[in-house]
Amino acid sequence: MSSQSLTVHKPIPKNSGARLFIQTVLARAYPRIIGQQREKSWMFFDIVMPLLAVSAYVFVYQAIGAPEEYVGFVVMGGAMTAFWMNVLWSMSSQLYWEKEMGNLALYVMAPNSMMAILLGMALGGLVATTLRALAITILGSWLFQIPYQVTSFWQLFLVFTLAMIALYGMGMLFASLFLLLSREAWHLSNLAQEPVYLFSGFYFPIKSLNFWVAASASIIPLTLGLDAMRQLVFESGAALGFLSVPLEIGILAILSVVFVAAAKYLLAYMERLSIREGRITESRR
Amino acid sequence: MANLKSLFPDRATFARSFRMAAWLGWQIESNWTDPFLFAIYSIIKPLSGAAILVVMYSIVSGGNFESPIFPYIYLGNAFYMYVGQVMTGISWAIIDDREHYKTLKYMYMAPIHMPTYLMGRGVARFIVASISVLITILFGVAFLHIQIDLAAVNWGLFFLSLAIGVVMLAMMGLILAGVTLMLANHVWFIGDATAGALYLFSGAIFPLDVLPAFLRPIGFIMPITYWLELLRRSLVGSVAQAFPTLAGFSNAQLLYILIGLTVAFGVLSAVVFHWCEFRARERGMLDMVTNY
Repeated sequence: MSSQSLTVHKPIPKNSGARLFIQTVLARAYPRIIGQQREKSWMFFDIVMPLLAVSAYVFVYQAIGAPEEYVGFVVMGGAMTAFWMNVLWSMSSQLYWEKEMGNLALYVMAPNSMMAILLGMALGGLVATTLRALAITILGSWLFQIPYQVTSFWQLFLVFTLAMIALYGMGMLFASLFLLLSREAWHLSNLAQEPVYLFSGFYFPIKSLNFWVAASASIIPLTLGLDAMRQLVFESGAALGFLSVPLEIGILAILSVVFVAAAKYLLAYMERLSIREGRITESRR
Repeated sequence: MANLKSLFPDRATFARSFRMAAWLGWQIESNWTDPFLFAIYSIIKPLSGAAILVVMYSIVSGGNFESPIFPYIYLGNAFYMYVGQVMTGISWAIIDDREHYKTLKYMYMAPIHMPTYLMGRGVARFIVASISVLITILFGVAFLHIQIDLAAVNWGLFFLSLAIGVVMLAMMGLILAGVTLMLANHVWFIGDATAGALYLFSGAIFPLDVLPAFLRPIGFIMPITYWLELLRRSLVGSVAQAFPTLAGFSNAQLLYILIGLTVAFGVLSAVVFHWCEFRARERGMLDMVTNY
């Protein structure tokens, strides 16, 4: 045996508590931010696909002679679809993918918090998707010459931040529910696209829907977030707004707290339940 | 000779490959849940997509559903569901078998004809799409003043166009399947991206004249443009002919163009799929999954 192999290494100091939590968040966010940028084709298609839908809806509005501001509404809605897609496919369904790839059991075995993993997924997804949404907005605005008139930058920032906290909190909540699912997870995510585009008013002002329909749809944070942002960046936005911006900010703040707290509670419950029922490693194809 | 044989299977191989693939496709599409939930799932998604356009239209027009542009948009969108389901569905079978079920290599070992198998996998999607299209149109007729006079419908033209169109979509799906074979890194966006692009350029939900002039030629070389026009004309002739884009063409001319383009895409799909399959074998990509 060589002397080299007998060398005694000092034990690596291990983090715990808040440090481990933050470390886990950053570690899980890393592949979302850096890894995704490495696959250039994903970036290209993530931007081009919503732009195709945006262009189609813009041309529909032009074909039926809609006022110019509706084109801006479509571009903004199209950019926000990137967040909904990210929450559906990379938050809600993520634990199902991890289960399929065999990572989920490792997450549960590791000494870190599952909540930190979900937060990392959310943080990484949010940063990466914001870049894509920004690209869609810039390209769409340039292609269709959209005029903006921002009335309050700080309110705009606040609305966006709260909408994202609530939305990704909702994604974390769904992720815990999806822990119990197998093949149906894919179909449920697929099902949740068009109906949400419809009821959240991605391509038209939500005010156009019946009040109670719009109010019910407000449980999805993007509904009020999108409505408030349109009110703040378009000249005629306020006239087409569903509720006043301060009220929408208040509701978004409540949704943020409720979704994140519910996600934490439900994740712990679902994790226990899925372990008890043996669904962590189950793969029903 | 051997190459030609691999392009055109004998009758028994064709029947076996197609029948088993259709059955398998139906099981994969439907057996993840109970029939009731599957029926709801199959209805909600297409109706929501159509409802987005209906709300957009009604906001701007103040609910005037009598204008000819409305049935143009509504019917175009309804029949476009076939594009997403059949064309994308055939190419999706490659991803499903390779990435999810990891059975593509076994399919290649089995005594089946691969292009026929892939087209068979599209049958389930065709059935689901047909139900969705029917429900969407019935909804339009019942609640949105889409006026389809059953006695005035040109049924012969309708079914002929529909059949040719489905074959054409299957051929386009085969081209996409070939391309998918050559790519192994999360390629599920290819089908959706192609369907999205065709949605924009084929005049599915707005007349091609609305597109900038430099983009219109893309629509004119796409068989889907003529297919949708024929379907609209066969159901509501006067409405479809109210738009200038293809008004200069008779039904027969449109049909010949559709047949010609379908044949062209058929030949192209055979060549492209065969070449892509050969390259995928050479490069060891038949069983290469994303996390390789």
